[in-house]
Amino acid sequence: MSVSEPATGAAPVSGHAGLPPEAKAELDEIRRRYPTNEAALLPALHIAQKVWGGWLPDEAIQAVARELDLAPAKVYGVVTFYDLYHQKPVGRHRIRVCTNLSCQLRGSEEIMETLHQELGVGEDEVTPDGRVSYVHFECLGSCDTAPMMMVDETYQENLTPDRVRQILKGLK
Amino acid sequence: MPAFEPVLTRNVGKPEALTLKGYRQLGGYEALAKALKMEPDAIIEEVKKSGLRGRGGAGFSAGLKWSFIPKGKDKPKYLVCNADESEPGTFKDRLLMEYDPHQLIEGCAICCYAVHATTCYIYIRGEYTKAAAILERALKEAYEGGILGDSVMGSGFKLNMWVHRGAGAYICGEETGMLESLEGKRGQPRVKPPFPAVVGAFGSPTVINNVETLCNVPHIIERGADWFKAIGTDERNTGPKLYAISGHVERPGTYEYPIGVTFRELLEGCGGMYKGGNLKAFIPGGASAPILPAEHIDIKMDFDTVAKAGSMLGSAAVMVMDDKTCMVGSVARLAKFFNHESCGQCTPCREGTNWMELVLKRLEHGEGSEADKTLLLSVCNHIGGNSLCALGDAAIGPVKSLVERYPDEIDQHVREKRCPFPRRRYFS
Ligand SMILES: Cc1cc2nc3c(=O)[nH]c(=O)nc-3n(C[C@H](O)[C@H](O)[C@H](O)COP(=O)(O)O)c2cc1C
Ligand code: SF4
Ligand code: FES
Repeated sequence: MSVSEPATGAAPVSGHAGLPPEAKAELDEIRRRYPTNEAALLPALHIAQKVWGGWLPDEAIQAVARELDLAPAKVYGVVTFYDLYHQKPVGRHRIRVCTNLSCQLRGSEEIMETLHQELGVGEDEVTPDGRVSYVHFECLGSCDTAPMMMVDETYQENLTPDRVRQILKGLK
Repeated sequence: MPAFEPVLTRNVGKPEALTLKGYRQLGGYEALAKALKMEPDAIIEEVKKSGLRGRGGAGFSAGLKWSFIPKGKDKPKYLVCNADESEPGTFKDRLLMEYDPHQLIEGCAICCYAVHATTCYIYIRGEYTKAAAILERALKEAYEGGILGDSVMGSGFKLNMWVHRGAGAYICGEETGMLESLEGKRGQPRVKPPFPAVVGAFGSPTVINNVETLCNVPHIIERGADWFKAIGTDERNTGPKLYAISGHVERPGTYEYPIGVTFRELLEGCGGMYKGGNLKAFIPGGASAPILPAEHIDIKMDFDTVAKAGSMLGSAAVMVMDDKTCMVGSVARLAKFFNHESCGQCTPCREGTNWMELVLKRLEHGEGSEADKTLLLSVCNHIGGNSLCALGDAAIGPVKSLVERYPDEIDQHVREKRCPFPRRRYFS
């Protein structure tokens, strides 16, 4: 788990001042489910990350903090704790390769190598065209179809290097 | 042994189970209807009598846990269903949610009625977007069909149920880490006591149960504790059980058996070893469980027998390894996992898991020394019993078993200054 200090500084000025109306409506619907504001934070961050293209720049964090009436520092603290929230830009497509034991036993290392060869960038780097980034990941609960990886929100299972190349071709 | 009729997975492969109408045609929600006519305490008694033990890892009696919820009406009560399923090797709860979401909703509803909870959160790991969407759809239908909401099946009992998505952190599977996370915080486990049954979600009494545990409940209510108790090894190990089998087997997957099926039967059931290899070892209960060597092939896979053999049934995630597997490389990967997932609150766990990863990687790369065995054991002893939650103890399980059961393999790495298993590569 990351224990790094949250980034500070003024929010950059850009298109979204706050959450767009649809996102706000979605969040309002979810907030009713909890007795506290704070409990809606994880759902709010999921929503914001979608709005901001897969990661949470400072302005997204500020917007969520304002929306839920929480201190931005508190929101940063939560963002840094969880693996699914990102504080730097990711590729248009995000690949997570499970390399935990069951996948390791069935060849996940080869999958990582194939991605490296095909994409020409290292782990957690974005391809120059902004198309893809990949990382190794912990068990994704699909060990019976090892080796496997998650491409955006879809599980790609029973992988081989050839299958990985084919999947990469399909990512625009 | 007469053929075992699946209980928990009986609707798997029947797409109609995904809809409320289809689930009801398959006999669904009859147990809930029956439960709503019973006294809540009688339900708790029945579940206690059934011997149902938690399927999330610790194996605690579900009925007993429910009975700890105070009876007073001054505070709301909650059920939090643990659908975090992040223990490496485990994928059984995903199957239950993706193929039979109403079975889980029904189990949760019966539990809520029994403990007077009026809100249930299903805390599902953030990566399970498909299962979450299926559950959301099923919940929507359940609200529209009067199964949830202001009057559950017309009984006047009010119940809300929501899906709450996590965001990628194994520690949120630990029950108090989960409560923190549900409340919108970093998922760092709480000091116990107070226990969640008294001070849980939002300061109120809370039951936390695993998905599979709750899926057993409708069947216990419908067919009775005596039926349930007749399945399994003995009165302490009862009921049907899902085993998630992965690694070097021909047909990995989730298999349902009476609890206490032998490992040999499990292996035969999934087509034997991958490409006809030889069994070297297996982990019976997820990454937290100590490794068992092949000589344990006839072990009964129930809570008490596996514990007696020096491991644990845990989540019954069975990881199988053939004789071309490097145990050092395997355990190094698990150590890397625990180091990544330690929440960092307790020094022994935070520092110790870091050390274990470092030393095991060094050994795997042929850069270790024989003294590293002593070092690993000493790190284990520092963590054991000195950490706030069970992650610390879980992290030392596989490492200790490596040093105690495979010392020669470690020495061989040191002597040859390389991993003697060239055929497979190990991530590090
Ligand atoms: C580090 C850690 C991770 C855990 N992960 C899970 C999990 O993913 N799913 C689960 O059901 N229980 C998990 N548990 C066990 C829970 O703390 C808790 O015992 C369980 O949810 C209780 O439900 P049960 O009695 O029905 O098994 C974990 C425990 C620890 C210490
Ligand atoms: S034992 Fe480890 S994971 Fe558990 S609370 Fe302490 S530091 Fe966190
Ligand atoms: S180990 Fe890869 S999905 Fe579980």
